Amino acid sequence: MQAPHPVPPPLIQLRALAKRFGPDGPPVLAPLDLDIRAGEFVSILGPSGCGKSTLLRLLSGLAEPSSGTLSVGGHAPGGSDDLAYVFQDPTLLPWLNVSANVETLLRLRHTPAAELARRRDAALELVGLATRARAYPRQLSGGQKMRVSLARALALEPRVLLLDEPFGALDEMTRDRLGEELLAIHARQRWTALFVTHSVAEAVFLSTRVIILAAQPGRIAHDLAIDLPYPRNHDIRRDPAYLRLVAEVSARLRALDIESGMGILPMIQPRGMGVPPMIPTPQPPAP
Amino acid sequence: MNPRLLRWLLPIVFAALLLAGWQALHYSLEPSRRFLLPDLPRIAGAFQDHGPALLHATRYTALTALGGFALAAFVAVGSSLLLASSPLLRITLYPYLMALQMVPVIIIAPILILWVGPGAPSVIIVTFLISFFPLVVNTTQGLLSVDRAQVDLFRMGRASRFQELFLLRTPAALPYFFTGLRISAILAPIGALTADYLVGSTTGGKSGLGITALLFSSRNEIPALYATALLGAALGFILVSAVTALAWLALHHWHDSYAPGDSDK
Repeated sequence: MQAPHPVPPPLIQLRALAKRFGPDGPPVLAPLDLDIRAGEFVSILGPSGCGKSTLLRLLSGLAEPSSGTLSVGGHAPGGSDDLAYVFQDPTLLPWLNVSANVETLLRLRHTPAAELARRRDAALELVGLATRARAYPRQLSGGQKMRVSLARALALEPRVLLLDEPFGALDEMTRDRLGEELLAIHARQRWTALFVTHSVAEAVFLSTRVIILAAQPGRIAHDLAIDLPYPRNHDIRRDPAYLRLVAEVSARLRALDIESGMGILPMIQPRGMGVPPMIPTPQPPAP
Repeated sequence: MNPRLLRWLLPIVFAALLLAGWQALHYSLEPSRRFLLPDLPRIAGAFQDHGPALLHATRYTALTALGGFALAAFVAVGSSLLLASSPLLRITLYPYLMALQMVPVIIIAPILILWVGPGAPSVIIVTFLISFFPLVVNTTQGLLSVDRAQVDLFRMGRASRFQELFLLRTPAALPYFFTGLRISAILAPIGALTADYLVGSTTGGKSGLGITALLFSSRNEIPALYATALLGAALGFILVSAVTALAWLALHHWHDSYAPGDSDK
């Protein structure tokens, strides 16, 4: 690998990005500034209603910002081929078999046949489903369906992968294993990930950086670097440094929940468990 | 007992019981009223006596039913695609599609005869009117009830409206289409038979089961009427079976309701 550029320009840039539904509606996202560099794995945590999914929809071009700007690799996101999106549900087309599902988005782009086949096979190989290429979604388990969904996104060979709680509906074992595999693929391909999740453990395990959003309106409350070494595998889940980080992120998330009056009752918060100091990642000044 | 054997055996046993019950009922009636429920050999005899006429009428009704049914399916698919792609069209046309179903066939029958004359074209038009509605309603519903996330997937993939309609909405609507098709397959033979009764031609052997029934009833040939009714029912049964087979071919590999064995679990 080449030495990194001294000041690599951020791949994703949000500047005063705000979203409200309807001209008089309450703001869903307050003006937001955020820079994400290429190759980062950023998880987004926050109480429900903090605009996590809205943020992903804005980035994907599915929704339009009310004000402010965002760019991905210098383009407006709606016009870029650099993005792939993994939904909360696998969202497979049940009438197509696994390999046709993986091809769906490539076909929409009229990808030439040889290229199509190469990308499809590579993506299926990556998620370990090469042998199930001819199966139909109804024959697959929940975890396998999610792998197909992931393969469909990876087949686009994106620079940015947006994942909206992709493992939320899976059992914990499957969820952990898929997380580990996702990291292994990330290590090989180095796309930039924005990963929305409800699981603190998952966020810490996967990410180089965890962003905690506060709700009403959605805004960045904490922006934390997770400086655990890569490659990370299952063993790290017992690592004291990892466990400490999980506890810290949980505490901050809970504090936020209580502050906004949406969370558990304050009286059952254990005493003496204040939020430990952490060094937030430096943010570039807003222009 | 072997469940597959049971599946064949039970309906056969039931049919035997039914026939025996029929005979018993026949002989339990006063002799002067037995003609209302003719015994089975006489119904079988009616098939023999009127064989060529019944065969001809059955073929005529089958063809007109199929014609009206195919026309309904064809027009329904076209209009559903239009309706699904434009909310404006939907708002404008939907009430009138509904009204089409409300049209009392008995009343428009004489008008139809004045327009196109008695015979096959009139019969096909009436059959079309009767079997069109379930098809268009179900198919439009199917085209519109696509999973929100799947639409997002296509939008994100920057699919054209054309791609969204034909690669996403059309396959998603197939199970709905076949539901409509099955209902219409039941309605079409009944429709063709009724239409023949109302607007069929009585001349030159161009009549179907409706006119034939009219003839038998005017001559008080009760066994022959039963035979005609059986043939009408058989037509419906065959058409529905054919549509069910077609639906299975199109859907069994992906749609749960047609998946092998799932419904028996």
